[in-house]
Amino acid sequence: MPEKLNKAFSGMKGIDNLDGGLPMPKAKSSIASRIFSGRYIYLMMLPGMAYFIVFKYAPMWMLGIAFQDYNPFVGMAGSSWVGLKHFISLFQDSYFFIMLRNTLMINILNLIFYFPVPIVLALLLNEVRHEKFKKINQTIFYFPHFLSWVIVASLTYFLLSVDVGAINKALSTMGMPTVSFLSNPKYFWIILTIQSIWKESGWGTIVFLAAIASVDMEQYEAAVIDGAGRFKRILCITLPAIMPTVITLLLLQLGNIASVGFEQVLLMSNPLVNSVAEVFDTYSYRIGIQQSNISFGTAVNIFKGLVGFAFVWTSNRAVKKLGFEGIY
Amino acid sequence: MLSRKTGMTVSDWAIYSAVAIVSLIGVLPFVYVLSISFTDPDAYMPFKFYFFPEQWSLKSYRYILSTNSFMNSLMSTAFITVAGTAINLAVTLPFAYGLTKRHVPGYRLIHTMVIITLFFSAGMIPTYLVVRNLGLLNSQWALILSAMTSAWDVVIISTFYQSIPPTLEEAARIDGCNDLGVFLKVALPLSMPVIATFTLFFAVRHWNTYFNALIYISDTKKWTLQLLVKQLVIDADASGVGQSSGNDAAPPQETLRMASVVLSMLPIMCVYPFLQKHFAKGVMIGSVKG
Repeated sequence: MPEKLNKAFSGMKGIDNLDGGLPMPKAKSSIASRIFSGRYIYLMMLPGMAYFIVFKYAPMWMLGIAFQDYNPFVGMAGSSWVGLKHFISLFQDSYFFIMLRNTLMINILNLIFYFPVPIVLALLLNEVRHEKFKKINQTIFYFPHFLSWVIVASLTYFLLSVDVGAINKALSTMGMPTVSFLSNPKYFWIILTIQSIWKESGWGTIVFLAAIASVDMEQYEAAVIDGAGRFKRILCITLPAIMPTVITLLLLQLGNIASVGFEQVLLMSNPLVNSVAEVFDTYSYRIGIQQSNISFGTAVNIFKGLVGFAFVWTSNRAVKKLGFEGIY
Repeated sequence: MLSRKTGMTVSDWAIYSAVAIVSLIGVLPFVYVLSISFTDPDAYMPFKFYFFPEQWSLKSYRYILSTNSFMNSLMSTAFITVAGTAINLAVTLPFAYGLTKRHVPGYRLIHTMVIITLFFSAGMIPTYLVVRNLGLLNSQWALILSAMTSAWDVVIISTFYQSIPPTLEEAARIDGCNDLGVFLKVALPLSMPVIATFTLFFAVRHWNTYFNALIYISDTKKWTLQLLVKQLVIDADASGVGQSSGNDAAPPQETLRMASVVLSMLPIMCVYPFLQKHFAKGVMIGSVKG
């Protein structure tokens, strides 16, 4: 009896395959023959699989070294196990709360000052009727996204440095005292925020523009007939239309609260602003790779990874709960 | 309040000028850097504020392009970008296509393996150790192989392939194509906009690689442009951090530094306008839905 059921089941699978995929397997296709008929698919996926195993899963296995005193000369097998030693010293590290604070502050400033900018820009762009003007400005808006953080940091130095920065040159030309923007901890977070706005907010409009584009034009026409002005139309039609996107992105952004644009921080930090610049990734890099304290660096890595995972997972859940599509 | 000639209202003017001002803010840093890079280095006065060169010259560019360090890193970066992008496409496209075939045994396992890496990554140190154990340290292949594909790219491209009508593939299959043939003759030609978009993304990603190059490449002959620019601009400046502008401590060759920044953005600036019309479409395919 069970065998019959089984057969019926595999037969049904064969019928399923009609809409896409392989030539329909015979009703009695065994797992072996299904694997064989998928051989070209496996072939196509082989290099990608190899990548994920070697560069994503082998490192995950290597995470064990966070619980060891890793000695590079004897490898993971020969190093001694020390349990949670490195995690305990991370929590007792005087930098721990500094890093936590910096990570939170950089993200909160981003949420407050960066997050609304793409929405406003998208609403503005949407009101532009002149197609060519719109295209030109979109091209300019998107461009900084494609520059590296090295370039963005370089531009920042050219503008803000004490000796050669354009702003300080302008200040001293006007007879005012110069300001050391880059070495004063007071300015560090806000410089990061401005950089993020400059680099990414134009690119961020794409998602909102797409959401706006899906609004039915008839709604606007009806609103015009009802005598709604432009502002009213934005407020009552466009804004509600992009609200799901706004909420989704807000939640996803909250999910990313444990991570900070690592290259950006690394490039902008210098010894004088270290107290406001150090975050988990930069610390892990300095301790683990520069000072070769591999096990402790990995422990920092894991801690940040776990906290990050918890946030991302929760926010993704929340997005799905609200009925929107999450990140996958 | 319609102005007779253009049909623009007051609120139109306000919106257009707001957009134009935002664009101007975006462009100003480039204009500043470009104009100083074209200033004659001999006539350049470090403490004076310029916005437009008083004496135009190509000296800075000529000098930079004659140095070994710049040419080496240019060649190195070009190699990484070309080889890396080709490998990205060759690995990611078939993998993403395979991921749409849910009936193949093992689909669930492979799909889960990819999705997990969206949420959790081992981080820099274990990855660094794997690269070191593979003997790739100090080789450009470390940068190419360690960024061969990514879960994000796979998921987005795979969503696109799912939108191909099954009847098209069925037709090719009746003509005697196997899965590989269907991919090459049906799926690939249909995905040209996606390929254009991702070619740009991959190329830009390789061209802009900084941190991986920092930890994997120590031989200055194999340095990437980003490493070189960072050293020329930021390290040179950071050495002066803290000391307020001493008169004799003027950092030299500012025009050179700006010219090197311009040169390292140049390829992106050249390619970008041509691919721009594709990517807004391409990036929305399957990514975030409103």
